[in-house]
Amino acid sequence: MATGNETKVHLAREHALELLQQMILIRRFEEKCAELYSAEKIRGFLHLYIGEEANAVGVMQALGPDDAIVATYREHGHALARGLPAGEIMAEMFGKASGSSRGRGGSMHIFDARHRFYGGNAIVGGGLPLAVGLALADKMQGNNRVTCCFFGEGAAAEGEFHEALNLASLWDLPVLFICENNGYAMGTALERSESNPDISQHAAAYSIASEAVDGMNVVEVEAAARRAVDAIRAGKGPWFLENKTYRFRAHSMFDAELYRDKAEVEKWKKIGPVIRFSEWLLETGMIHQTDIDSIEREVAQTIDDAVAFAEQAPWEPVEDLTRDVMTPPAREEVRP
Amino acid sequence: MSKTRTLTYRDAIREALREAMQRDDRVFLMGEDVGRYGGAYACSKGLLEEFGEARIRDAPLSESGFTGAGIGAALGGMRPIVEIMTVNFSLLALDQIVNTAATLRHMSGGQFSVPIVIRMATGAGRQLAAQHSHSLECWFAHVPGLRVVAPATVADARGMLWTALQDPDPVIIFEHATLYNEEGEIAAEGEFSCDLDKAAISRSGRDVSLITYSGSLSKTLDAAQRLAEDGIDCEVIDLRSLRPLDDATIMKSVNKTTRAVIVDEGWRSGSLAGEISARIVEQAFYSLDAPIERVCSEEVPIPYPSHLEKAATPQVESIVAAVRKTLRT
Ligand SMILES: Cc1ncc(C[n+]2csc(CCOP(=O)(O)OP(=O)(O)O)c2C)c(N)n1
Repeated sequence: MATGNETKVHLAREHALELLQQMILIRRFEEKCAELYSAEKIRGFLHLYIGEEANAVGVMQALGPDDAIVATYREHGHALARGLPAGEIMAEMFGKASGSSRGRGGSMHIFDARHRFYGGNAIVGGGLPLAVGLALADKMQGNNRVTCCFFGEGAAAEGEFHEALNLASLWDLPVLFICENNGYAMGTALERSESNPDISQHAAAYSIASEAVDGMNVVEVEAAARRAVDAIRAGKGPWFLENKTYRFRAHSMFDAELYRDKAEVEKWKKIGPVIRFSEWLLETGMIHQTDIDSIEREVAQTIDDAVAFAEQAPWEPVEDLTRDVMTPPAREEVRP
Repeated sequence: MSKTRTLTYRDAIREALREAMQRDDRVFLMGEDVGRYGGAYACSKGLLEEFGEARIRDAPLSESGFTGAGIGAALGGMRPIVEIMTVNFSLLALDQIVNTAATLRHMSGGQFSVPIVIRMATGAGRQLAAQHSHSLECWFAHVPGLRVVAPATVADARGMLWTALQDPDPVIIFEHATLYNEEGEIAAEGEFSCDLDKAAISRSGRDVSLITYSGSLSKTLDAAQRLAEDGIDCEVIDLRSLRPLDDATIMKSVNKTTRAVIVDEGWRSGSLAGEISARIVEQAFYSLDAPIERVCSEEVPIPYPSHLEKAATPQVESIVAAVRKTLRT
């Protein structure tokens, strides 16, 4: 296990199994989602994270329960890695009342106050200013907490990205920016959308410390996130990681993938985060095939339970249509 | 009878885009994923191969930037068609549209016009939840300096673009996201461009005027059909233009039927339906035999689950009920 500001994560068997388990959970959960989408249980847009699991899993290791997460519409993996109950996430995707957001948001809008999980934002770039504000609130209230903001490289072209980076740096705020650079914003390759495709340099332009990370390697992601979080907690202001990764699936279930080669996808799949990590662990003898088998069994059970939970969950009655638009007046504000 | 053919709303838009590019080399299409991806709603699929990257211009995620660039290019002598994926995302470009495109002509004392066309999808019905489903047409229709149209039929999807491109001022075209797969019949060939100003009588009738636009037209026509089975004869008006509104067609109809129901997917408060009903009261008050009815979206961000999304937006049943109310049947 990593501690302090060490660069290397000392990988204990227990921790390795934990990382592997979380990545496999995300992978299988989303494979199930794709299936349930075909079965029309899940509707609307569904953006899968398959191929990118090492990022959410690696980064979450560095965060504590008091830290906050801001994510995008491609956030099932982040929600699972953050520890949100799989059943509630699945119920959300079904649109059921027991879902993380009462079913109101669906796949793109998972929220959970208990886990300080602030969504689930489907406006590209929209989460960055929000993260800056959460961090500002912490700073103003003297909380030693980190706000971790995930977004894709496509967001780097939006004005909100630049405005947010500038504010975070100017005001010295405890934000961990994680750019999950999967190479494409829908069908637009990074080189076709950025005059300078080196995203971490954008952070440098705002005097924010940054690092480019192999986002297919969970151990490397965890190590980098720990370094970043340690620095932020030590009061060194915001930090920026560019995680180079790849999505194996289409952008959403509507995407015909006209913009990239099948061969390119296959090439990345060979260095996928799950396969690479598990093969490495097997080779080093740290784990055995039986460990993987038991993870798979456990994960399958978790997913079966999640689907059963979602199936049995109630639909919200139509009479409640306009609830939760405004905060009911009866609720008194509690000040700490 | 002249020859006709069937095509989808999406194909009609693509055909109109292609025609515009062929007819005027100042025309270019710019937006996110209009090229390689083929358009978020596949409207521009195949056009990149035909016209090349300069004229089918993929823009980075930067709505304010490329919409503003479109405005500048229009000033500079081009005829840009800017595509914004959905009206929800257009909010990032609202500054450029409202503060620049809509004002330049006036602020410059008539020196500079902005001949830009901005297309975007709008509306609910596909379970895309609260950041992809809103109907904010009325925000744009509020603004002097803009012209706002909403093709509800395949013929208008085919015809409005070219007319919009001839307009010296900014034109916003709203395409309802549920319409792209709808089929309709249009002439096999010839000139497709059509006027942008006049509302259309989609169905004529004597008893009640149903005034609507965009994605709600087909629901309204279905409601009229259902009511016809009970002997209620509805007139259905497709507004087509949301700014300016065709008051003459609306008043003529209301003066005839003496009853009005407005169907509008926007939220009721501050809605286009509110504006239309005010105009009816101002201009045709003494013709009315019943209070005006409005069928609008409920005052809630559009929820994800199908049953709640349906309950939040106008449906055939709610339109039928509103018509019956004006007739007290
Ligand atoms: C403001 C805004 N513009 C456009 C879109 C449509 N859209 C959704 S995802 C996406 C691509 C985003 O790419 P990236 O930020 O790299 O994240 P990824 O999807 O690759 O995870 C686009 C264009 C949107 N949701 N919000």
